[in-house]
Amino acid sequence: MNEAPKLNSFRAGPDEDGRFGIFGGRFVAETLMPLILDLQDEWDKAKNDPAFKAELDNLGAHYIGRPSPLYFAERLTAELGGAKIYFKREELNHTGSHKINNCIGQILLAKRMGKTRIIAETGAGQHGVASATVAARFGLPCVVYMGATDVERQAPNVFRMKLLGAEVKPVTAGNGTLKDAMNEALRDWVTNVDNTYYLIGTAAGPHPYPEMVRDFQAVIGQEAKDQMLAAEGRLPDLVVAAVGGGSNAIGIFHSFLDDEDVKIVGVEAGGKGLEGDEHCASITAGSPGVLHGNRTYLLQDGDGQIKEGHSISAGLDYPGIGPEHSWLNDVGRVEYVPIMDHEALEAFQVLTRLEGIIPALEPSHALAEVIKRAPKMGKDEIILMNLSGRGDKDIFTVGKILGMGL
Amino acid sequence: MTARMDRKFADVASEGRPVLVTYFMGGDPDFETSLSIMKALPKAGADVIELGMPFSDPMADGPAIQLAGQRSLKGGQTLAKTLEIARRFREEDQRTPIVLMGYYNPIYIYGVDRFLTAALDAGIDGLIVVDLPPEMDDELCIPALQKGISFIRLATPTTDDRRLPKVLENTSGFVYYVSMNGITGSALPDPSLIAGAVERIKTHTKLPVCVGFGVKTAEHARAIGASADGVVVGTAIVNQIASSLTEEGKATDATVPGVEALVRGLSAGVRSARLAAAE
Repeated sequence: MNEAPKLNSFRAGPDEDGRFGIFGGRFVAETLMPLILDLQDEWDKAKNDPAFKAELDNLGAHYIGRPSPLYFAERLTAELGGAKIYFKREELNHTGSHKINNCIGQILLAKRMGKTRIIAETGAGQHGVASATVAARFGLPCVVYMGATDVERQAPNVFRMKLLGAEVKPVTAGNGTLKDAMNEALRDWVTNVDNTYYLIGTAAGPHPYPEMVRDFQAVIGQEAKDQMLAAEGRLPDLVVAAVGGGSNAIGIFHSFLDDEDVKIVGVEAGGKGLEGDEHCASITAGSPGVLHGNRTYLLQDGDGQIKEGHSISAGLDYPGIGPEHSWLNDVGRVEYVPIMDHEALEAFQVLTRLEGIIPALEPSHALAEVIKRAPKMGKDEIILMNLSGRGDKDIFTVGKILGMGL
Repeated sequence: MTARMDRKFADVASEGRPVLVTYFMGGDPDFETSLSIMKALPKAGADVIELGMPFSDPMADGPAIQLAGQRSLKGGQTLAKTLEIARRFREEDQRTPIVLMGYYNPIYIYGVDRFLTAALDAGIDGLIVVDLPPEMDDELCIPALQKGISFIRLATPTTDDRRLPKVLENTSGFVYYVSMNGITGSALPDPSLIAGAVERIKTHTKLPVCVGFGVKTAEHARAIGASADGVVVGTAIVNQIASSLTEEGKATDATVPGVEALVRGLSAGVRSARLAAAE
């Protein structure tokens, strides 16, 4: 049970039971097991099917806009006076974030399986928008579960989902955030097993979701690696990404896991500080447990009850993390660090003013870590950061905090 | 203890009627009331008791049981306290099987070995852990069986003949057939469909088959009991408790008697079930 995947590679997991070391697995109600096994069968077939790959690549190029650019942030680099900073511009994708990469992949799978109804959960609304988008593109009805708190703080995305024809169901249970939305989506799935495909938005949940979502997002790192070699003739010294559930992070990390000279850092939401409960730093301040189909690091109390967490960024407001990240932490390949709300907010403004890019609050956490590290690194060193989403959706939240009327 | 469970099913079968399995949430709305409810259940006609362990994220439960769990946790309930309810009940009743029902994480955090030892000590006979399918049997099922605690599995309409053997492989005590795909507290489907499903499961196992999800009234209990070895009632009891509480969620004088009256009615339902089948 505790065997790690082959140690000559950090990219071999999960094993056939969906485990990354002790993490991952399939902790779901029996009603869902046959569906998850069907999904795994279909996924195993699809990933080796050239026709599937061709369709994915075609939609990637013409619908999403891949490859996304690799951008040298010249002014930010000069301002910080250290390592050269490159952004992988996932925020330029159709719908404004990396989420679409996974949604396109999964909806093609749903079509192959003959499913006629799509459900999804969303926190910031980026995954909800991407799900509603692909559902519209493929003509399938879509229901998005969204915590009532998030519905309020991400109003523009709620409206976009509705325009795209999706039904947005606010979830009032718990704190009304991503965890509660995921519970409700699972309840829907367990009730509508025959026709419904659950389009999970992050690299978490029961096997095969963590592997499947990672593989759909791994295009980020694959492209970035090629682009970096073309631009600099070598690999970066440091790769940084923000981690909520962890799909954008595992997407950019995965290609670099076996490049031992590349240091990799995942940035968790430190919220208002790790001392109290108002953060979402599952790895830095949590412990292993079982939730939403997988074993992974969670924020929980001594009785195994899950805590709510807090982050300024709705997309990071989740008390767990994808199981592969938990494993990468425990084997020491990736370092996970927290960034506080106020640091992310500061980074958000820095990038906006220096580079003319309004980032989402999620990658603003990664950026805050870059801002800390770059000055301490040499000018000949290179940082690659995943700029996973654009900040249009966050301007109201930021405006409110900065006391600027809109 | 598997023996107490097997004996109970055999005894009830010899009476020519199905078993009445009753669920309530441990600690809802508070420890003492919950213990009183548990003590009242066998006296009102319950044969087997499912004692709910509250969890913050009950993914397979409908609103009624979610709220019961929230009330319980708000009242300070923990896994240790739920075991304590069972232990106190067991001091007075050595014959009624107790099945703990809930989700894995609180058990995992408590520690599997420590939990199983405490459960045996408290007089627990079986476990239903919703998020541990057969693929995860190494986690808790196998260790529980080794200690002599039954692991009761849910079979559902999605559990087809191909999958049933896997589901039944390490199941003991009884099989809990969930009568529909969905969450607890949904509507009851057509009893004739259920009878067919029970027959299908019985071709794969000698274990008793109990049916739950959607059983709310004595009439339901009677209809289901015509074909099944047992009838599970949960949400109806939890709703009865909820309806008796004050606005602040505190127990009232009506809380325990309300449950007693409901269970007496259900008990009459199962006791007339086979008569109904013979008509």
